[in-house]
Amino acid sequence: MTVPAPREASPPSATPSSSAPPLLQADNLSTRYPVRRLLAERLARRPRRWVRAVDGVSFTLRRGEMLALVGESGCGKTSTAQTILRMVEAAGGTIRFEGADITTWSQRRLRPLRRRIQMIYQDPYESLDPRFRVRDTVEEPLRVHGIGQSRSERRHLVTAALERAGLAPAELYLDRYPHELSGGQRQRVAIAASLVLGPALLLADEPVSMLDVSVRAGVLALVDSLRQDGSLGILMITHDLSTAAHFADRIAVMYLGRIVEYGPARQVVRDPRHPYTRALLSVVPQRDPRAQAAPQILTGETPDPVDIPAGCRFRARCPIAEDRCATIDPQLAPAPAAEPVRGEPVRGEPAAGEPAAPADQDHLVACLLAGTPPAGV
Amino acid sequence: MTGTAPAVLEVADLHVWFRLPGGGELHAVQGVSFTLAAGERLGLVGESGSGKTTAILALMGLLPPTATVAGEVRIDGTNILAGGEDSVRPHRWTDLAMVFQGAMNALNPVRRVAAQIAEPIQLHGRASAAAARQRAGELLELVGIPAAAGQRYPHEFSGGMRQRAAIAMALACEPRVLLADEPTTALDVMVQAQILDLLTRLSAELGLALILVTHDLPLVAQACPRAAVMYAGQIVEAGPTDALYHATRHPYTRLLFAATPDLFGDDPVTSIPGIPPRLDRPVTGCSFQPRCDRAFEPCPVTAPRLREVTAGHVAACHLNDVPGVPGRPARPDAPAVPAPAVPVRDAPAVPAPAVPVRDAPGRGVPGQGIPAQGGPGQDAPAPAVPASPATDSDGRP
Repeated sequence: MTVPAPREASPPSATPSSSAPPLLQADNLSTRYPVRRLLAERLARRPRRWVRAVDGVSFTLRRGEMLALVGESGCGKTSTAQTILRMVEAAGGTIRFEGADITTWSQRRLRPLRRRIQMIYQDPYESLDPRFRVRDTVEEPLRVHGIGQSRSERRHLVTAALERAGLAPAELYLDRYPHELSGGQRQRVAIAASLVLGPALLLADEPVSMLDVSVRAGVLALVDSLRQDGSLGILMITHDLSTAAHFADRIAVMYLGRIVEYGPARQVVRDPRHPYTRALLSVVPQRDPRAQAAPQILTGETPDPVDIPAGCRFRARCPIAEDRCATIDPQLAPAPAAEPVRGEPVRGEPAAGEPAAPADQDHLVACLLAGTPPAGV
Repeated sequence: MTGTAPAVLEVADLHVWFRLPGGGELHAVQGVSFTLAAGERLGLVGESGSGKTTAILALMGLLPPTATVAGEVRIDGTNILAGGEDSVRPHRWTDLAMVFQGAMNALNPVRRVAAQIAEPIQLHGRASAAAARQRAGELLELVGIPAAAGQRYPHEFSGGMRQRAAIAMALACEPRVLLADEPTTALDVMVQAQILDLLTRLSAELGLALILVTHDLPLVAQACPRAAVMYAGQIVEAGPTDALYHATRHPYTRLLFAATPDLFGDDPVTSIPGIPPRLDRPVTGCSFQPRCDRAFEPCPVTAPRLREVTAGHVAACHLNDVPGVPGRPARPDAPAVPAPAVPVRDAPAVPAPAVPVRDAPGRGVPGQGIPAQGGPGQDAPAPAVPASPATDSDGRP
């Protein structure tokens, strides 16, 4: 068993307003997949080895909020989403949906919940059935879940979902096939099909990466607007930090199965504290050719999640690692107040002369050196 | 062409038509011209269907038989398109090489990487088997892979390493021009940075002229000193990337920038309404006009000609021809450039001007020159040169 080091429950986010339980709460979640052993290895009774895809992930998502899980491929962001959906079983930790611990619920017991948790997939060219008209695609979830007494009632729900997804008037689209739609329209149909059940939680896995640049903004704005009335929360999985910075309220940066930095989007982007986040942000291309500061290109690629190194998992690629990083596995903790960072002041940072700010309870970093100013400043 | 560096590659008035199965033709590339000097990096930007990949496949002579290509592609002054396939073949891979989109996934899974790189060297008669193996090792080292790793199979390589191997393969016959089609699209941002760094280094060290084909405007902004924006088969704006951003002269470029989320940008991102025109039927007027937020009388009637707006910066937009038109397509935060100073040259039907090679890499940011180009006094000499005689209001559909 790979039991992550015992740790305290994730610090509750400091949003004071809510007394109701958060929509979704993951606490120290872990997921692992077995590595196939060769016959010889099995005969030799070699111990089974595991890919620790998710290795102690904690976060909170409230209604009306968008949380972006960002990271490179293989960092565990999709595995995290699959674990929350109970498509794969958690090896440890808990998933709470509206306060109820659903980690061990049977699939049968989960069924009523399924309509409340919906998914938007990456590729609308593949996620829509080419033989289904738009009306069938959007109506199918209703039939599966037995919602809507009559055909006209279902039709009403379908129309409303399409128009909420920006396909108005819906009559123009109801009888079309996917091949008669543009990429952006297809993704809107897929979104309508997940909205038609009135979900409370939307998981959007790279919702625009297959779309053309000129239509991405519209689909992102749509996804963004869905949460504005506070009825649902969105967990967006993306590798695109610019998109996350622009649309999400909070960003969780994942590295090798663990969240290494977590906080309000603006703060994570403008005052990154984890050396990995700093490096990642430094290589994101910006629109202004003059804008790019010295990119900090890390060598190599993310290590194998089968052999996660002891101590800090980022240590081997870290530009500022110290000896103690080899032994201590840093846990998410409030970011210590750092020296003022060059450039724009962070929102909420005290003006010069005021006493040093206390550690930021809302901005969490898993790094022993989180108070270090960025290299090169 | 230019006084600075001799052009390695000159593309003049390149056209590509595809014969459609049901009859009819699709005019995929409509008069594309540019030049490229050794060691220069040019970004070719556009959305899917804009013709950017078709254009560079035409340079390589790799279009299917349904395609008809016209125009000139000169390498060191020799037109390689003059004699069809026979005249292209000697130049393919040896002068012009290409990293295809998804090339990293096209490696043969059952052959060792080094052997796959050595094979074309041998087939092109450039070296014996032993020398080709030696050369494959050198190429791998050149792209940052230890030569010994060449004895491994593609599945043992990470995505970044496979892309490096694909680049090594393209460099096997020492080409002078490298065409890279979306070389980082499937890669993570850190690996993307590594690959771009590699391409930039190769371009500088080997004097390789590089064309980076991508839909990603910020990527080009950071990786290429010069870029050309394609829309509906045509280059609509080209010039120093700095000028494209800070002194935009075509609404499409501006809207494309505005549609791209920026890490630190707070301005709302907006999509571009509408869809590109169909290219299997003639387009009247400016092809971007139906989606343009600044279209006015001449736009639906007359196609704007690509012309120089400031030195080294060309754009095809009527707004550049009419001084004092409100809403000149510049960014609001751009330095205040007065209306275009260059008088409209009512040149006869000359092929669109080739993009001059002005800014060899390493010459710094050329953008500062732009505001200086058009002093306020220079507005006068271009007194309302009508963009076309047919600018009556009846031109609107």
